[in-house]
Amino acid sequence: MTESKSTVSGTPATHVRMQGALNLALKHALAEDDRTLVFGEDVAKLGGVFRVTDGLQETFGIDRVFDSQLAEASIIGMAVGLALHGYRPIPEIQFDGFAYPAMNQIVTQMARMNYRTRGAAPMPITLRLPSFGGIRAPEFHGESLESVLAHVPGLKVVSPSSPNEAYQLLRQSIADPDPVVFMEPKARYWNKAEFDPHVPVSDYLPIGRSRAVRSGKHVTLIAWGAMVAKCLRAAELAEEDGVEIEVLDLRWLKPIDVAGLEESVSRTKRAVVVHEAPFSGGLGGEVSSIITERCFDSLRAPVQRVAGYDVPYPSGALEDQYLPSVNRILRAVQRVLEYRRG
Amino acid sequence: MQREGLILAYSPLRGQEAAQIGSGIALDLARDFAFPTYRELGVAVAMGVDLVGYLASYLGIWHGGLYDPMASRFGSINAVVSGSVLHAVGWAKGAQLSGDGGVAVTYFGDGASSEGEVHEAMNLAGIDKLPVVFFCQNNGWAISLAAERQIAGGTVAGRAAAYGIEGVQIDGNDVIAVLHATRQALARARAGDGPTVIEAMTYRAGPHSTSDDPGRYRSLDDEQKWLSRDPIASFAERLRAEGIADEQFFLAASAEAARAADAVRAGLAALGDRPGEELFDFVFANPTATLQEQKHAWQESTHD
Ligand SMILES: Cc1ncc(C[n+]2csc(CCOP(=O)(O)OP(=O)(O)O)c2C)c(N)n1
Ligand SMILES: [Mg+2]
Repeated sequence: MTESKSTVSGTPATHVRMQGALNLALKHALAEDDRTLVFGEDVAKLGGVFRVTDGLQETFGIDRVFDSQLAEASIIGMAVGLALHGYRPIPEIQFDGFAYPAMNQIVTQMARMNYRTRGAAPMPITLRLPSFGGIRAPEFHGESLESVLAHVPGLKVVSPSSPNEAYQLLRQSIADPDPVVFMEPKARYWNKAEFDPHVPVSDYLPIGRSRAVRSGKHVTLIAWGAMVAKCLRAAELAEEDGVEIEVLDLRWLKPIDVAGLEESVSRTKRAVVVHEAPFSGGLGGEVSSIITERCFDSLRAPVQRVAGYDVPYPSGALEDQYLPSVNRILRAVQRVLEYRRG
Repeated sequence: MQREGLILAYSPLRGQEAAQIGSGIALDLARDFAFPTYRELGVAVAMGVDLVGYLASYLGIWHGGLYDPMASRFGSINAVVSGSVLHAVGWAKGAQLSGDGGVAVTYFGDGASSEGEVHEAMNLAGIDKLPVVFFCQNNGWAISLAAERQIAGGTVAGRAAAYGIEGVQIDGNDVIAVLHATRQALARARAGDGPTVIEAMTYRAGPHSTSDDPGRYRSLDDEQKWLSRDPIASFAERLRAEGIADEQFFLAASAEAARAADAVRAGLAALGDRPGEELFDFVFANPTATLQEQKHAWQESTHD
């Protein structure tokens, strides 16, 4: 893990990359509970294509950290079998798009087992899934599967936006008795931010809670994963024009923080949801519905959605045209601010 | 070109030239069809695919490249490991139904051989005796996983017997051996005798892709060993030894290769910036109203 020490306002702070924070969370989880196992394509010797599992096999041995064969359905099927045997598997699927070959096992087995067995066979599986776009990669290395996954009963879905969130959310996901799909925003793996792994677990936000990463009173921007940083950038620019934007990092895409959305938007009275996934059928529609149901009387404008277009995630040269830009976010903010009831 | 910043991420075929050229030139371009992965530049060369269109994929211009896979008889670049193996079986079913004498050749790696779809494909092809050649390039590695940890039983060709189909393991670094084996498999398929699994034993001499770091999982020693089996060097040696080619020939061949590479480089540079509108093309045969609205919104968003 790459760490750099710096001193901010007299207190020592560690700056790490999200990749390093995730690596540490796995290290701690493996050290604390013998039942945890890490496996997936290229996770052991190589340390994962993003080096998130770097060094884990050296530390914990080949029985607890191992390379899977190139077969995604097998990775999830094996996780389900291991869970039935009492283990707490932490499989990795190398890239978002390669969850598709495993979808049958994810949907028909992993997500259903607890229900099917009336709770006799819980599935404490954390599926790590490097997700979303922004890295100019080949086809199927930039997909946003959250609305697909969140629609499956029995799956929890989460995405961190910073190293601290990454550490805490991964520890919580691993400790949780249910299957969690942990969507790592690969565009943010290498961004450093202040990091403190010693926050007591009692101070973690509970599962399903969002976090306001910036407060404001004129409009709430709701985002997750890599889009949180973009929304923060938009908020900084808007501040120059006197517009105070609240940025809500949704974090959990299932379960969604209904109360948190209601609390924020009933104050700001305007909301914009931002995601990378295609517009139609995206999770933005769900968020928008929740806000409309909960805040109908206080809303000053219809909830706006800024999303990818209804096209396959494009090749590198078209990526910037596809992804929500700060400009598109700001224009949506302007639309909700200028909206007047007809 | 990748190092010059022209290409985003590329999967080099270095080490697998004999396996790719030897098999690619065996196809009958009027009847057969090849299904590549993302590493089949050599097959593309052998089949005369438009290389600028092929490499456009690695420039990040269009996932499948800009060449026409139907006219080229060379399917689109496929980033999903094992993704097109079943397509070859379906295509072969079509060839059988129509009686057109065509044979499908599907390329896949030692890693891909672990995917369930490959087993399904061989089983289906075996049952109907479909005209398909399963061409496995066992290059020893699937990114960081060695073939020994990938293939239970040790060989992919050995599995063929269980599916009731022909299976051969060949020296994939010997271009003549590859050519013979592929011709034989094509002839068998055309004669209605069913599929063949060819496992071409070769070596991925370069990194998995230009963003890979093989030093983390294999030794220099391992890589050095390959040098004695370099398919290009050993074939050149053979041509010299047998008096088939002289220095004049090799000089002319290198000059020709350099010219061809220059032409491809120039062609790629000439592609220039692509119109952003392409983002909305080809999602459907005819765009839906929603898509047209989105395109309109996109156009507005780019004009301020
Ligand atoms: C379904 C799927 N899973 C994972 C990947 C990521 N990936 C790309 S290539 C590769 C290794 C492939 O190995 P092999 O089949 O031996 O082909 P080679 O790269 O050696 O040509 C992996 C794991 C992918 N592209 N598709
Ligand atoms: Mg291989």
